[in-house]
Amino acid sequence: MDWFKRKKGISGNERKSIPDGLWVKCNKCNEIIYRRELQKRMFVCPKCNYHFRVTSKEFIQYYFDEGSFREFNQNIRSVDPLKFKDSKKYTDKLKEAQKKTGLNEAVVTGDATIHGQPVVTAVMDFFFIGGSMGSVVGEKISRAIDRALEKRVPLIIVATSGGARMMEGALSLMQMAKTSAKLARLSDAGIPYIAVLTDPTTGGTTASFAMLGDIHIAEPGALIGFAGQRVIKQTIGQDLPEGFQTAEFLLEHGFVDLIVARQEMRATLARILRILWPINGENGKSREKLETAGAAANPEVHSDNSSPPGTGRQTAG
Amino acid sequence: MLKKNFRMILDFEKPIVELEKKIAEMEEYARETGMDLTEDIARLTKKVETLRKDVYSKLTPWQRVQLARHPDRPYTLDYIQRMAGDFIELHGDRYFADDPAVVAGIARIEEFRVVIIGQQKGRDVKENLYRNFGMSNPEGYRKALRVMKMGAKFRMPVISLIDTPGAYPGVGAEERGQAEAIARNLLEMSHLPVPIVIAIIGEGASGGALGIGVGDVILMMENCWYSVISPEGCAAILWRDNAKAPQAAEAMKLTAPDLLEMGIIDRIVPEPPGGAHWDYDQAAATLKTFILEELRRLVTIPPQELIEKRVEKFARMGYWKE
Repeated sequence: MDWFKRKKGISGNERKSIPDGLWVKCNKCNEIIYRRELQKRMFVCPKCNYHFRVTSKEFIQYYFDEGSFREFNQNIRSVDPLKFKDSKKYTDKLKEAQKKTGLNEAVVTGDATIHGQPVVTAVMDFFFIGGSMGSVVGEKISRAIDRALEKRVPLIIVATSGGARMMEGALSLMQMAKTSAKLARLSDAGIPYIAVLTDPTTGGTTASFAMLGDIHIAEPGALIGFAGQRVIKQTIGQDLPEGFQTAEFLLEHGFVDLIVARQEMRATLARILRILWPINGENGKSREKLETAGAAANPEVHSDNSSPPGTGRQTAG
Repeated sequence: MLKKNFRMILDFEKPIVELEKKIAEMEEYARETGMDLTEDIARLTKKVETLRKDVYSKLTPWQRVQLARHPDRPYTLDYIQRMAGDFIELHGDRYFADDPAVVAGIARIEEFRVVIIGQQKGRDVKENLYRNFGMSNPEGYRKALRVMKMGAKFRMPVISLIDTPGAYPGVGAEERGQAEAIARNLLEMSHLPVPIVIAIIGEGASGGALGIGVGDVILMMENCWYSVISPEGCAAILWRDNAKAPQAAEAMKLTAPDLLEMGIIDRIVPEPPGGAHWDYDQAAATLKTFILEELRRLVTIPPQELIEKRVEKFARMGYWKE
């Protein structure tokens, strides 16, 4: 009876999935909610504001303009470089996850718009092996960063992940370095990156691209942290403080800029982008003209630009 | 060979150690009685050599993990002492505290002025409490970054020595942004405009290790492990049983030859026969030779090109199909 042995925590990736059935019980307040109603409310409990875990498909629907999302690199798939096997072969686990989610991997990348503003995005999916980051997740996110850099549009990563994927060993670990190194290039080029942290964002994902945004936005109540709660509890030998590793905890400790409800996310992202990266610029100036003007006003921004030719701000001077 | 009386002996080391003990006894006996045992001693010495070669040429991944964790293994400061001259340790992250689990400082190695950082384990209970068993808090990563950036300012290459069972999983560490501290280092180290040579000298546990592990060249000593999680952690998650760690070690491909094949490390640094703990001086001398070779090559590369190559190096890592 494996069922009863399943432990609580983020490793059980079937837990807290989008519930089936006509009626749904809230994981937090136990309120029984009509499924249709919940769907209409973007899977947020009307009584306690609990944000259910949703798939990448829902995030794309909620956060970006309707029908604007165009996926790229969808056919990059995982291989099994370690020939990894526990109770199941890794290749079987992948097949299973692909069948269950209809996705090829734990992240979906594409072009989209937010209130008409073009962005490049990478949206993770917790229901694909716990949103874990292996070679493919790292590669797809890296290519999304490259694309944002090339197109000079803001990058939005929606994070939800149990961390690095164990079944690819050190290769998974290296994806942390890879994505972070690419983000350094994006940052040098002066292109905004907004990290949206959703429940849960932990481990190697948090310790790389999820914590490197220009702006960090979290969904209410999201679990965000580095080490697993069970491990910490074992280490310190006492109970964890209330609200430990929640979005609110991170806001209090200075690691999250804003906590934004799911229903408000698109509008908030749009407001931020309008200020950080105005498409029509101020006073009718185009984005390019604005950048040129900025270059003239702040020459030092460009003089210490350490990005290589072809990737830096070409409008300088 | 034995440098200390109370060396911890691993199971697979026992036959070797017993033979060595016998040789020592025979030498002692020969000295006392004046008997000529030269031939017997020579025969046994040869036998020890053969046995040693035999044992260490077929180490299992789990045995290598045990060697990497050997309590007598040289640690960061043991290497620094032997490799560098005039090491000046610097302290504190300038925000919150000094983290003794990470050592950072400036030194000279031959013709180079360098920054050296590394995780530091303790030799006994007291020292381990002080060093937190080499498990750093956010302050450790931030101290390392501060000193690396200072080094970059004065055009000093960075040498980073990795030896940690992981970043510290504590309440305070989370409150002060363990994840952010590691992530920040990954980003900053990828763009530091001076050569960075990484050497894994013991345990390379996950993000805790990688947090000081982004560089131009990744060296790994022969008997080390480096992976996304410890074998025990992997076993606990996959089989709900820490005792399955040896199997996990096998499955995770965490040894130096595995990582070289996967393109994660660049070179394997050979250790003295039996492992680095048998001869600190030799282990340090070899590591120093490797580091110097790399530094002499890297300093000729212009900073911008160095950074480009570093980013591309990590960008290439991973396997997929499309």
